[in-house]
Amino acid sequence: MDITINVTDGVPIYRQVVNQVKYLVASGLLQPGEELPPIRTLALQLKVTPNTVVKAYGELEMSGVIHKRQGSGTFVSERRPQQVALRERRRVLEQRIDALLAEAHQLNFTAEEILRMVRERKAAMDESGDEPGNTKKDGR
Amino acid sequence: MEQPVVDVSDLTRTYGQKTALDRVSFSATTGKVYGLVGANGAGKTTLLKHLLGLLRPATGSVRVFGLDPVRDPVGVLSRIGYLSEEHELPEWMRVGELMSYTQAYHPTWDAAYARELLDTFKLDPAKKIKDLSKGMRAQAGLIAAVAHRPELLILDEPSSGLDAVVRRDILDAIVRTVADDGRTVIFSSHLLDEVERMSDHVTLIDQGRVVLSGDLDDVRQGYQRSRVHFVDNLAQPPVLESALVVEGGGRAWSIVHTGTPEEFRHAVVARGGEIVESRDATLEEIFLARAGRSRPQAEAA
Repeated sequence: MDITINVTDGVPIYRQVVNQVKYLVASGLLQPGEELPPIRTLALQLKVTPNTVVKAYGELEMSGVIHKRQGSGTFVSERRPQQVALRERRRVLEQRIDALLAEAHQLNFTAEEILRMVRERKAAMDESGDEPGNTKKDGR
Repeated sequence: MEQPVVDVSDLTRTYGQKTALDRVSFSATTGKVYGLVGANGAGKTTLLKHLLGLLRPATGSVRVFGLDPVRDPVGVLSRIGYLSEEHELPEWMRVGELMSYTQAYHPTWDAAYARELLDTFKLDPAKKIKDLSKGMRAQAGLIAAVAHRPELLILDEPSSGLDAVVRRDILDAIVRTVADDGRTVIFSSHLLDEVERMSDHVTLIDQGRVVLSGDLDDVRQGYQRSRVHFVDNLAQPPVLESALVVEGGGRAWSIVHTGTPEEFRHAVVARGGEIVESRDATLEEIFLARAGRSRPQAEAA
């Protein structure tokens, strides 16, 4: 499972694991029914204390993203993957938007001006045929 | 509640005029990884030596598995695995001899595990210890420390001066000790990213005193780092009640602070500034705030 831990941005490690598993599920890189690595394996891979993985898996299970099967392992839930996906996709974008807004505020741009610039950039990309996100149908 | 694996209370130790440990209390329960952090000479090694019964408490008490390690060294040491910073090993022995020598003292020795680690590390049992590189010595010492599957693994600055490969071997041993057997690890380190990754609980020792101690997530809660911009060019760092470290100059400052984001925002606005960005502080930022360069400020807080 492709997860990267970064200890320089102040985000607790278990939360980084939670967010990245959610992202993998949301983007379809982890599919419903697929098995997650055992706690020991992921702890060895990430070089983190096993209890951090326990905590992350616990939280993912609480939010219905994964579930444990008695004696066999941990799996991505089949239940409502679309909803998880939409929430998580929104969360990822919202983080980027927050950073953009903070930056824009520093440079004295209003929210209206940013919206206009976003549309202008999109139009410019459409024209050059260099369209981003054309693989995602509901990305409007 | 179950008996703690380690229970140190009010331990004080002086070397001549110097106070090495000042009323230190520390306890560890089963199945967790404990990180000890602090500058060189802060007292980490002195504390660990008390756990091993190598030093007798002048005042205060030390219990390991409920036993006094000075009075009952065999009862305590047979259940502990220990790797010292210098990886002190009997120089004249061959690697294989070190294994059988260590095995003789530990009835719980897991020969298959020892062999597996020797293979993984590509250590030649016929090789003399005095001919090993620093990294190989650490690996040999590590096997001797973990192959009896100790209930408590104590590592004193295990990564000090080692390359990335051997550091990884040591971290793997910590993970396996906890994941496979639910046992306890206490390790000291000055590498804060290692401590942040590997610890369930952290204790910061500064000049012989415990400055900060708790579960990692609790310790980290309540510390933030914010970038703040002011309208005026400030000749002096802004005075903010909850600030622990203030860096920067002029109109732009970075501040490590405690308290709620709302309180901090009010304080900043009251001084004609605005918060540009806020995030949770890293362990390193918290520790520097509590023990590092900004010591006078931390003490004033």
